[in-house]
Amino acid sequence: MAATPKEPVNFTGAGPLNAPISGVLTWVDQRFPLMSLWRDHLSQYYAPKNFNFWYFFGGLAMLVLVIQIVTGIFLVMHYKPSAAEAFASVEYIMRDVPMGWFIRYMHSTGASAFFIVIYLHMFRGLMYGSYRQPRELIWIFGMLIYLCLMAEAFFGYLLPWGQMSFWGAQVIINLFDALPLIGPDLSTWIRGDFVISDATLNRFFAFHVIALPLVLLGLVAAHIMALHEVGSNNPDGVEIKKHKDSQGRPLDGIPFHPYYTVKDMVGVVVFLFLFFMVVFFAPEMGGYFLEYNNFIPADPLKTPAHIAPVWYFTPYYSILRAITEDFMLVLAIGVAAYVVLIWLTTRDQRVKFAASVIGLVVIVLMIGGPLAIEAKVWGVAMMGAATLIFFLLPWLDRSPVRSIRYKGPLSKAALSIFVIVFLVLGYYGTQTVTPAGTIISQIGTLIYFAFFLLMPWYSVMDKTKPEPDRVTM
Amino acid sequence: MSEKDTNQGKRQFLVAATTVAGGVAAGAAAVPFVASMLPSERAKAAGAPVEVDLSTLAPGERVTVEWQGKPVWIVRRTEEMLKTIRANDGNVADPESKRKMQPAYATNEMRAIKDEFLVVVGICTHLGCSPVGKFAKQAEAFDPNWLGGFYCPCHGSLFDLAGRVFKNRPAPDNLLVPPHKYLSDTRIIIGEDTKGA
Repeated sequence: MAATPKEPVNFTGAGPLNAPISGVLTWVDQRFPLMSLWRDHLSQYYAPKNFNFWYFFGGLAMLVLVIQIVTGIFLVMHYKPSAAEAFASVEYIMRDVPMGWFIRYMHSTGASAFFIVIYLHMFRGLMYGSYRQPRELIWIFGMLIYLCLMAEAFFGYLLPWGQMSFWGAQVIINLFDALPLIGPDLSTWIRGDFVISDATLNRFFAFHVIALPLVLLGLVAAHIMALHEVGSNNPDGVEIKKHKDSQGRPLDGIPFHPYYTVKDMVGVVVFLFLFFMVVFFAPEMGGYFLEYNNFIPADPLKTPAHIAPVWYFTPYYSILRAITEDFMLVLAIGVAAYVVLIWLTTRDQRVKFAASVIGLVVIVLMIGGPLAIEAKVWGVAMMGAATLIFFLLPWLDRSPVRSIRYKGPLSKAALSIFVIVFLVLGYYGTQTVTPAGTIISQIGTLIYFAFFLLMPWYSVMDKTKPEPDRVTM
Repeated sequence: MSEKDTNQGKRQFLVAATTVAGGVAAGAAAVPFVASMLPSERAKAAGAPVEVDLSTLAPGERVTVEWQGKPVWIVRRTEEMLKTIRANDGNVADPESKRKMQPAYATNEMRAIKDEFLVVVGICTHLGCSPVGKFAKQAEAFDPNWLGGFYCPCHGSLFDLAGRVFKNRPAPDNLLVPPHKYLSDTRIIIGEDTKGA
């Protein structure tokens, strides 16, 4: 049975070419949902009219993804994924391949740019409550993209086969070694050898250029599909779908195209201006984007005197280093205090019981003498938890309002302190270990987790302002 | 066939059976891929024992040799250095080497067959960095009362000149003493001991 024929497409705006273009589009549209995709995602996707500066970064993240994929394809044409040749092939790209240096610097700068853009995009979500119901899945897909991006960056960092590549991979793979029972076998399986070797480099190359980019593209599609299903949040955190005109269009919405496509172009131009300033004038960014030790070929016998991950991993690296044997007692007290807090504020007996049992088990595993798991494993666990805890945000935030604009002083202070702590942890993650740095990182770790774990309380206690009915400009 | 003629029980059974069979097949299909990531036969075969000549190693100096892709340190310890090891008994986490980080023949005060030569794998037991030799007895940023030993630049673990880890540092264990034996007074072989020979 043939479907009802669709309306022919009527293209305007190209003068004498209108008729032939309309003909082609009609032919395609009757065989592929071209016009409905265009309408649903661009010309009739209604985005709130009050988007501000912070709404540039989602689009910019897509732009950086494209830059990374395109430059990556051309780098692969010259790169050799073998321990014997990798370092030299990167130098070959830098010195002998026409414009090779330019493509490689775009790719290396793109990696850092990706994280800058993503961190700002995530901060936007934190400020305006973009993770709140009904946008939980957008947030979860976004967090999966973030995790995938971290894995992508980690695998890519081994490829130049410099000293930081080698020792960075050594440290991260040995994290798995710390896991009880399966640890050593798991890390051998990941490396494909008993040490980091050619086998490791080859598989990391496969993950970096094929496996993770495919996953990343799928997740980006899911992120955007979920967004377009429920509609964008906005700086006021109010739902624009509450007020619609007679044709069902949100009164405070404007079509994404042409309004935001044009606005985003301004953001793209400014971004590319800054991006290429770095590419041309400071591609190493003082050792933060490309670490100096990575210009030395990998030497399995000698760790560089100072090793630190690239800047975007350093907050988590600080948390890993902060967990020492004598800090376990503090952590255990923290867990006990949290259980007491749940006891004092919950009436539900089952919740009290569950919290006590879980708390007790965790405390025993932390400081229970012979039953305790060593601090090294806890360091790995806490570092993992620090990235995964973001997933819980939609359920931790109990504030009656979404946006920071209408939240009270407690939430504003909490978010400000969290950002400062994130930056401080990031800074100490780049530094060598000192007693003062360790104590600061330990305090930072406690505050980092408190921001999330105490949110169900402070977001409710907070004195909020009434949300407006419609968006404000 | 109308809806009411459907045998729901049979349908549910078939759906469940197909799901289980498909799941088993999918799990089995993963086996070759997971297995292909294990160390290859070539990787397993690598790692022959290494012979080292100690006659040229001056007292207080260290030589690094590669064994199974890992650095192995041999330090020729002076009397002065051996004294610092005894002095560190109170600072280290496992002073008597109770944890099995050395073969039986090195489970002693100096963690060595001969007190003079320390033989350890130079890989930190925390996350696998190679610590740096800080042999001089002087105040260091990480320890004002430093007696000499090894400092890991990655996460600040400290080891004394017997490879014993300091308390309250991220590394949980002493440095590993690899299997080794003396072929003569000045020749040593790493990766092989009398038990196997």
